[in-house]
Amino acid sequence: MPELLQFAFSGLTVGAVYALVALGFTLIYNSCDVINFAQGEFVMLGGMTTVFLGLAGVPLPLAACLAVVVTIAVGLALHRFAIEPARGSGAVVLIIITIGASIFLRGAAQVVFDKRFHSLPPVVGGDAIRIAGAAILPQSLVVLAGAVVILVLLWGFIERTIIGKAMVATAANELAARLVGIDTRATVGLSFAISAAIGAVAGILIAPITLTSYDIGTLLALKGFAAAMLGGIGSAVGAVVGGLLLGLLEAFAAGFVSSQYKDAVAFLIILIVLLAMPRGLFGRAPVERV
Amino acid sequence: MLLSAAKERRTHDGEGLMPAYANTGAVIAVLLAIGAGQACAQVKLGAVLSVTGPASFLGDPEKKTLEMYVDDINAKGGVNGQKLQLVVYDDGADPNAARTFATRLVEEDKVVAMVGGTTTGATLAMIPVFEEAQIPLISLAGAIQIIEPVRKWVFKTPHTDKMACQKIFADLKQRNLTTIALISGTDAFGKSMRDQCVAVAPQAGISIAHEESYGPRDSDMTPQLTNIKGKPGVQAVVNPGFGQGPAIVTRNYRQLGITLPFYQSHGVASKQFIDLAGPAADGVRLPAAALLVAEKLPDNDPQKPVVVSYTDKYQQKTGQPVSTFGGHAYDGLTIFVQAVKRAGSFDNAKVRDEIEKTKNFIGTGGIVNMSPNDHLGLDLSAFRMLEIKGGDWTLVQ
Amino acid sequence: MRALLNHRLFPALAMSAVVVLLPLVLPSAYYYRVAALVFVFALAAVGLNLLMGFAGQVSLGHAGFMGIGAYAVAIGPTHLGVPSWLAFVGGAGLSALVAFAVGRPILRLKGHYLAVATLGFGLLLAIAFSNEARFTGGPDGMAVPRLAVFGFSVRGAQVWYWITAASFLIGAVLALNLIESPSGRALRAIHDSEVAARVLGVDVARTKLAVFVVSAVYASVAGSYFALLNGHITPDVSGFLRSIELVAMVVLGGLGSVAGSLVGAALLVMLPQTLTSLHDYEHMALGLIIMSVMIFLRAGIVPTLARALRRA
Repeated sequence: MPELLQFAFSGLTVGAVYALVALGFTLIYNSCDVINFAQGEFVMLGGMTTVFLGLAGVPLPLAACLAVVVTIAVGLALHRFAIEPARGSGAVVLIIITIGASIFLRGAAQVVFDKRFHSLPPVVGGDAIRIAGAAILPQSLVVLAGAVVILVLLWGFIERTIIGKAMVATAANELAARLVGIDTRATVGLSFAISAAIGAVAGILIAPITLTSYDIGTLLALKGFAAAMLGGIGSAVGAVVGGLLLGLLEAFAAGFVSSQYKDAVAFLIILIVLLAMPRGLFGRAPVERV
Repeated sequence: MLLSAAKERRTHDGEGLMPAYANTGAVIAVLLAIGAGQACAQVKLGAVLSVTGPASFLGDPEKKTLEMYVDDINAKGGVNGQKLQLVVYDDGADPNAARTFATRLVEEDKVVAMVGGTTTGATLAMIPVFEEAQIPLISLAGAIQIIEPVRKWVFKTPHTDKMACQKIFADLKQRNLTTIALISGTDAFGKSMRDQCVAVAPQAGISIAHEESYGPRDSDMTPQLTNIKGKPGVQAVVNPGFGQGPAIVTRNYRQLGITLPFYQSHGVASKQFIDLAGPAADGVRLPAAALLVAEKLPDNDPQKPVVVSYTDKYQQKTGQPVSTFGGHAYDGLTIFVQAVKRAGSFDNAKVRDEIEKTKNFIGTGGIVNMSPNDHLGLDLSAFRMLEIKGGDWTLVQ
Repeated sequence: MRALLNHRLFPALAMSAVVVLLPLVLPSAYYYRVAALVFVFALAAVGLNLLMGFAGQVSLGHAGFMGIGAYAVAIGPTHLGVPSWLAFVGGAGLSALVAFAVGRPILRLKGHYLAVATLGFGLLLAIAFSNEARFTGGPDGMAVPRLAVFGFSVRGAQVWYWITAASFLIGAVLALNLIESPSGRALRAIHDSEVAARVLGVDVARTKLAVFVVSAVYASVAGSYFALLNGHITPDVSGFLRSIELVAMVVLGGLGSVAGSLVGAALLVMLPQTLTSLHDYEHMALGLIIMSVMIFLRAGIVPTLARALRRA
């Protein structure tokens, strides 16, 4: 029993990161049908910027806030200079643009930061907490709590504010949204900004546990994308559930099946789920216009 | 969405001759222009290193070291009166790229030798090129396959992973620990060392009770460690791996409250490991080159002057803590330079012969004595057993 | 003249001219090697283009098939005692089989879901190649015995140049013929609208599967050449980054353009070589170039330029 619980803790910790990355994917996809493979770089930027500002002498809480601001700026720049000019292109073209952007950001991080690994001090330090024979780091709880808070804030924003509703409208039908006076370009830009912020916060929260370096973005983008599709792209709840589920699958596969093949097992299960539910767990039923 | 993506393509209308030809031609012209600009009278030393990518932890210090010392050598007048030009290419740990760069070094840059090949995969891919061109290659990668079987033109400076296993097992035997568990990275370094440990264990009297592995970029290894913790009879744990994985494993180790003796590999040999693992690293033992404990060596240790000098120079120039990987690059470069001095010329065959005759060379990795059957030249005494205490390395007696 | 330009095999003619004339300007073995690599990747890209550009199905795991072909020519001679050429053919056959088996369930998925499924497939293969060290040599890879044809071992950059160029041209001609055939038209119909195609009597599932298998064979052949060319193969031949590279080659060159696949491959194989002088800024430059090409030549390099030339 303690093993199962330990695996679950591990899975939830890692899954929370995947969930936040997947949430970023879903947000941008919802607003403009783009799969943003640079999402992982937002996570990297959050962590690395905080580390380097901290090394330069800035107190960490301030460094974290500045890092989020910097990442938001990068997200907006990505939208303004890479995505906007390519409006109307096919989805694959936009995907390649975001891939080019992620290569660019990684290259820039290499030059601006460095190529080593870095850590951040945990928000809540101390030894691991023991629950029923399993040990969980306090920082893991912080990450999970952070994910929940972000989800709640996002929900509140989307449901309860005019701007949030504008985003939903833009996602549903861009032309109609423009006709009712919504500035769709700004709305899409906003979704990039929010995605970047979410990624940055995830990066800052997770760096004390998983360490950060200039190239953590690639693998995170891959897993986040898979998690978003597992949950059903377009559904925020799906993104979070998909992320947590992917984390748990990896942990249980590592623990019970084979640590060598844990990624393979996780992906195999995703494949099986998609074959049974071709729109993911929470995806909307397809409407094909003829 | 994706279905509508490629509506842009055209198929019925033919595709112009000009675009395909013009584009390919233009790119080739640019390539030629850049290639042509390399013509110089200097002697060129090649280096294909993994400066970016998954092995940048190894390749970056290597590059910095080579650049630093080549500048130094040139400032003092060069080798045999000639200045050295270092040509560095970054393979990003991709063996295919390494192979292409190797061909480029041989055909285009016409190097006299190469100190490089950060990863075993890249080195193995490049070996045929250098063997065929009969140009000496001094590799900076870890696996024993590079020098076993011995190849005429291939040498290496880092200790082999087999030696690391033997050193660890010897220390285990001394502490009367015979049953261990392995948790290794699935990257090339981790896997190769794990294979060597499994092969060497029986002769060393060690039995491996359980094995786990983790991906090099994984962020949490508690499931694997939980399985190890739950396995009865395990007396110690060994972690073959490099990069940030071992730091995370070490933290998870303490997080789960495992108190068994814990051994790391020489893949973490840099102060950065201690910084990242934090207080969890206390008590961890690992085999490493004397370079890591430069200041703490007894004054009569023959390696002390060399390692202290390298440490000071590197840390002063880069502001980063020294690592054994950079040290291996220093060793490779110096062995090459000394061989050229002894040979009196840059002739490939003569230099190769002199490299093979390297005797009593005091490097950062140990004292090197090469022979026609041994293109590494280090023995187990080149590895020191270190233990981490109070956030710093200490020598285990 | 118009008839010549519009003939369906004109791109193949143009590319043949490039292939034949190029050796006149290539100075050393290094250039021949780079060119051979371009042809190898272009071959895989043509196959992927059939799948993505014409049938409109996205595959983010196509390097997996390259891996099957590559390891076939490595494992065949080394562990199974099979001669290289037979392993080559066997690899292609195995890829076709795997594509058939995997394609049937996977191709029911659409759009990004298909992308994830193919991504998972590619990853699974890469992990298997990396872990099963007994057969594959593990993450450090294994040596690939030289190709021997009629007792002559194939070596030398120039020889490989001609072999890979010829293979690529054959592959390109086959692809161009396929596109203009009834099957090709069925493919394009599926791309435009699956429902309409079905209404017209096109067996959508079977056609998609067929093109998936064909593109897998292209990738496998390319992978085998890749392994033979390098003499050494590692699991990252079927890694995620390779798959993305292939997709980028197809899209940059032009979805639906066979000549575009050659241009895209040339771009992505040669850029890292030409950008080495930028040292630390190499990746930034690469990312910028990819983004710029896609933003300004959004239909891909060849189609955009062809259109511009036609208008001029």
